[in-house]
Amino acid sequence: MKQFIFFVRKEFLHVWRDRRTMLILFGMPLMQILIFGFALTNEVKNTRIGILDNAKDETTQAIIHQLEASRYFDIVENIPSNSQLEPAFQAGAIKLAVVFPENFQEQLLHNNAATVQLIGDATDPNTANTLINYASAVIIDYQNGLRGQVKLPYSINTEMRMLYNPQLKGSYNFVPGVMAMVLMLVCAMMTSISIVREKEMGTMEVILVSPIVPIRVIIAKMVPYFILSAVNIGSILLLSVFVLEVPIQGSLILLVAECLLFTITVLALGLLISSIANSQQVAMLISLMGLFLPTIMLSGFMFPIENMPVPLQVVSNVVPAKWFYYIVKNIMIKGVGFEHVWKETVILTGMTVFFMVVSIRKFKTRLE
Amino acid sequence: MRALLILLEKEFRQVFRNPAILRMMFMMPAVQLLIMPLAADYEVKNVKICVVDYDHSSYSQKLVNKITSTDYFTLVDYTDSYEKALTYVEHDEADLVLQIPSSFEKNLIREDEVSLFLAINAINGVKANLGGAYLRSIIGDFNRDVRLEWLQLPRHNPQPVITIASINWYNPLMNYRFFMVPGILVILVTMVGAFLSALNIVKEKEIGTIEQINVTPIRKYQFILGKLIPFWVLGLVVLTIGLLISWIAYGIVPLGSILTIYVFAGVFLISILGLGLLVSTLANTQQQAMLLSFFMMMIFILLGGLYTSIDSMPMWAQIFTKFNPVSYFIEVMRMVVLKGSTLYDIRFHLLKVLIFGLVFNGLAVLNYHKRS
Repeated sequence: MKQFIFFVRKEFLHVWRDRRTMLILFGMPLMQILIFGFALTNEVKNTRIGILDNAKDETTQAIIHQLEASRYFDIVENIPSNSQLEPAFQAGAIKLAVVFPENFQEQLLHNNAATVQLIGDATDPNTANTLINYASAVIIDYQNGLRGQVKLPYSINTEMRMLYNPQLKGSYNFVPGVMAMVLMLVCAMMTSISIVREKEMGTMEVILVSPIVPIRVIIAKMVPYFILSAVNIGSILLLSVFVLEVPIQGSLILLVAECLLFTITVLALGLLISSIANSQQVAMLISLMGLFLPTIMLSGFMFPIENMPVPLQVVSNVVPAKWFYYIVKNIMIKGVGFEHVWKETVILTGMTVFFMVVSIRKFKTRLE
Repeated sequence: MRALLILLEKEFRQVFRNPAILRMMFMMPAVQLLIMPLAADYEVKNVKICVVDYDHSSYSQKLVNKITSTDYFTLVDYTDSYEKALTYVEHDEADLVLQIPSSFEKNLIREDEVSLFLAINAINGVKANLGGAYLRSIIGDFNRDVRLEWLQLPRHNPQPVITIASINWYNPLMNYRFFMVPGILVILVTMVGAFLSALNIVKEKEIGTIEQINVTPIRKYQFILGKLIPFWVLGLVVLTIGLLISWIAYGIVPLGSILTIYVFAGVFLISILGLGLLVSTLANTQQQAMLLSFFMMMIFILLGGLYTSIDSMPMWAQIFTKFNPVSYFIEVMRMVVLKGSTLYDIRFHLLKVLIFGLVFNGLAVLNYHKRS
């Protein structure tokens, strides 16, 4: 036991003395929460649009004013002619063009019908869709204003309620994902690299000839990263509650317990990688390609799983982060109890045991 | 010049003698380009809806049929208990609950007005928003049908009507992959370039071979160039593979000229490799170098406008993207591939990235000391 504590101390010193790495490890969650919480929104606002006004009459001016007043649009360009439309899109100056035909007002007031053309830059389909919807809403508003308040017969109204996230904040979706990402990075990547590094530098040999049981060496390596992750979990939760104002609806103890379970899963994964890889670069590439990308792509926090083709949906089941994400999302945001997430917890536990067994079996006590 | 050539020979040998790295380098484009666009599908479809019908009238039936006949919605259950519907939402089995009140049909016809109730799982804000909007437009359509049934509309509009004709340029079928693939290509080139170059010098430091170079008459800039050129070539090779894959797998052929892409990619690679080399001269261990470059890449990529539009970011983030070479490349790639923009259209992007390249590489040369 005493030996073990000495080893843990040694590992702590390794981590502690590398101040730059420490700084990044603690800075990473902070940065990610800030970026995800504030910078990445799918909300559309202040989008650059262009106007091609062939009519230049009071009606078009009024509509343009209303578009300008909306917080979704920034009118950056008055396009003089049809031939200038394409270059404006090609230079990336505008995302949407509103085209009024000649004699717009006359058409509208005398024939009671006029057409506005909306041209969206559909290189980004979702944004184009949303922009066209918003611009249409502004124009329809204007048109209804012209008519005055006439109540239509046979109206169906729709009342909407947004469950769980009434303000439609993106952070509700991202916080659990950021947690999975940070844990993946700190535990899997850092542990695997630190073990492989000892192999690469030759110090592993020194350790292996010492009387300590090899498995204890490995566990000692994990302890500092485990503690680091625990600190990170704490800081992420604090940040998300107090800075992003994402409340924890469910039980805090349950949430922390699930986080620690996932930490162990990922540590086991890191161990597995270190037993396969022989150089730090390979360990790094495996953890990037094999762990990090799947975590981002297939865990469901960036991209909806139900949109993926079936084979990928099947593959996503072996990504531990998917289950973790589901658990955290449910406990934190929906506020459900253990009875709703026990299945996922069992799956995660099963994975952990599996990784542990495989990596301990694969761990070589001899260097060839 | 000769010293540089010899250095280059050494670097190329080193790369080619490390099959693991080489294999990964060519696996990465394949995996990323074949899987990521499939996974990265933000298009809102297959919204799972649960209908709670307290009315069971012919109108409520018609409405439900209208909703399920579109591609956007899949009906999870048709029930008459709101509680049951909510448990579906709790278990993530439904995204939307539509509640049709009792005497929906009666009130609609007799009282001219009736309300439907929609509860949306809003954890994923985009989906909730778009899903709700789709459903409302379907209900609006249904409403119009009902009115037509009961009212004879005059042939001429009694009131002014503005018709809105919308067109989607450059991607009329709204294929989400056309949007993602060029962006992913950029990520690919960035990652390969940044990681390999960041790890390179530091590896020599860690193994100690840098001492051998330090005692030779090789100049500092020659050393940096010797590191830069092999990865520059590899980066362009990866880009070529990526372009081929996106052509074969997704049928994406750049509208603009291929040459424009290569010119920009060449300049971009210089700047991103310079950044990697700078990291490499700063770090002492590979672990540090990796974490540092990973940290930077993450910020660059997330704030690069790949997934979310830069226009909607807050001011501080928008200012940051002005200093982010990745965001320029993503924009240029989409412009050239999808809109057919020319070198003239992207001249400012090109200039800015070139300046970054000179700054990063200059710093890397300055920061590499031959004395310890």
